[in-house]
Amino acid sequence: MSVVTNTTTIGAIDAPSRRNTELALLAFAVAIPVFAYLNVGLALDGKVPSGMLGYGLGLGLMAGVAHLVVRKFAKYADPLLLPLATLLNGLGLVLIWRLDQSPRLIQRAERLFHSHSADAPKQLMFSAIGIALFVAVLIVLKDHRVLQRYTYISMVLALILLILPMFFPAVNGAKIWIKLGPFTVQPGEFAKIIIAVFFSGYLMVKRDALALASRRFMGLYLPRGRDLGPILAVWVMSILVLVFETDLGTSLLFFGLFVVMLYVATERTSWIVFGLLMSAAGAVGVASFEPHVQQRVEFWLDPFAEATLQQSDQAAQALMSFGSGGVLGTGLGQGNSDLIGFAANSDFILSTVGEEFGLAGMMAFLIVYGLIVERGVRTALAARDPFGKLLAIGLSGAFAIQVFVVAGGVMGLIPLTGMTMPFVAYGGSSVLANWALIGILIRISDTARRPAPAPAPSPDAELTQVVRP
Amino acid sequence: MSELTLTVMRLGFLAVLWLFVIVAVQVIRSDLFGTRVTQRGSRREAPRAQQPARGASAPPQQRQQSGRQRRGAPTKLVVSEGSLTGTTVALQGQTITLGRAHDSTIVLDDDYASSRHARIYPDRDGQWIVEDLGSTNGTYLDRTRLTTPTPIPLGAPIRIGKTVIELRK
Repeated sequence: MSVVTNTTTIGAIDAPSRRNTELALLAFAVAIPVFAYLNVGLALDGKVPSGMLGYGLGLGLMAGVAHLVVRKFAKYADPLLLPLATLLNGLGLVLIWRLDQSPRLIQRAERLFHSHSADAPKQLMFSAIGIALFVAVLIVLKDHRVLQRYTYISMVLALILLILPMFFPAVNGAKIWIKLGPFTVQPGEFAKIIIAVFFSGYLMVKRDALALASRRFMGLYLPRGRDLGPILAVWVMSILVLVFETDLGTSLLFFGLFVVMLYVATERTSWIVFGLLMSAAGAVGVASFEPHVQQRVEFWLDPFAEATLQQSDQAAQALMSFGSGGVLGTGLGQGNSDLIGFAANSDFILSTVGEEFGLAGMMAFLIVYGLIVERGVRTALAARDPFGKLLAIGLSGAFAIQVFVVAGGVMGLIPLTGMTMPFVAYGGSSVLANWALIGILIRISDTARRPAPAPAPSPDAELTQVVRP
Repeated sequence: MSELTLTVMRLGFLAVLWLFVIVAVQVIRSDLFGTRVTQRGSRREAPRAQQPARGASAPPQQRQQSGRQRRGAPTKLVVSEGSLTGTTVALQGQTITLGRAHDSTIVLDDDYASSRHARIYPDRDGQWIVEDLGSTNGTYLDRTRLTTPTPIPLGAPIRIGKTVIELRK
């Protein structure tokens, strides 16, 4: 026998678990924020910031725990979701810490509230709780199909969460918070996950009726009247949210999510057309008589007008900060995005990104968000059960719509709405809800990528199908 | 802190951020390519080649192709239809086994293929031969079902279930 060299084996790909890829990327995703932290410290004080070791260790520890839990409980999960979310969360912490140092914001806080408290430690705590929630989701939720049992319960729960803020006083003109003792919670953030569960459970059962029982009219499939019921109900609900809570973002998020999921479930373009028409009609209708919304539209149309600047120069300052950032940015800690004042580290945090990282950094940020959405859609494609498919699409769709609504609002593409940029912006509810969302996506992707049960022990015993001429 | 350091850090940060994005995109590249090619070293292969139980009869004497390569001899095997379409294997004098068994050279993910379906090997003159290993649905060269080991003309399609392979230069 001669020794054979260079033999090649070719087989269909078997899914590797890719946990080591995840670990390497995770280390990278922790290193970048630490570098940014150092950068901020050097730019602001000219010395290495004292909290750097603690901050880096804290972030690294949280990421490490999350990784170990994924390794143990979701071995075949997507390798990218966790590092991407960690990177965004870490950079968000750095940006919030950077804005905490801003003399302008400190002065402003002391003038208005007679005290200034740093937000970064609180956000670090929220991130830790968020990762704990992520871990809890992975440990408790062994199979995402369990959620299917709670279809209608989640509908009721989502409705309650959406309606609840109406009974609490408005904060800054929008009623999206509820006060529980010392904490304020933004229930809309959690409602987006719960309502995605309801939509997937509902559409999984009704998709055939919605897709097939329709009449053709002018190239469009018109659904039957009774099938229009649910979409009308969701539309009315989102309009009500808009009218009573004056929260444009949440209303847009829910209606957009429903249209996306309807389209995915039924493959009918007519739903998109209907959805766009209805949301346009609703938005125009509400904007014509609701003063808060009307004001937002005016700010959007003409941010530099005298009348606008007298009331709020936020939108104008945000646009100016994008402009002063240019292509490569001013560098961390060297921008003036703190001129935005109120909500500089929550709703408007993207303008700090745009100013200090420039267009190049902004694009990288948006690509990271895009990659999270892409992994979600990819999970939906790979999922084997229809509920998991719809849920993965719903969650990544909600994530994508939220990023669009916030980024579009800050950049002046659409009227500004009171929503937070997932993971980056300051806000406990948002961080918690988004970590839970990533947890569910990781659970679905683990089920989707897990190799099918091993074939019979002896491959020779497998039956070969016989060709019958 | 000097202006220069800060500029370097600013550009360095952007570079690192983009590096992360590029690495992340590299990780998902595997979504686009369904097959994985593993090079097996000679050391692992040597004992395996001595197991006569793998085929119906011991594989014929294999020799290195050096000096034996005739003009017009095929250099690679190409899968032109089926789930492995586009896969190529360099022909270097080794026996190629085809089938659903996991230790085949080309693992066919094909319901109509047998575990050990066929093998392709060079004879003493370097002519490539295809032999059916008693498969259920048969191996076809052009349109004819193989009953004996048959020399493979260049470019002739060998059909196994839904998979078609051919030898090319």
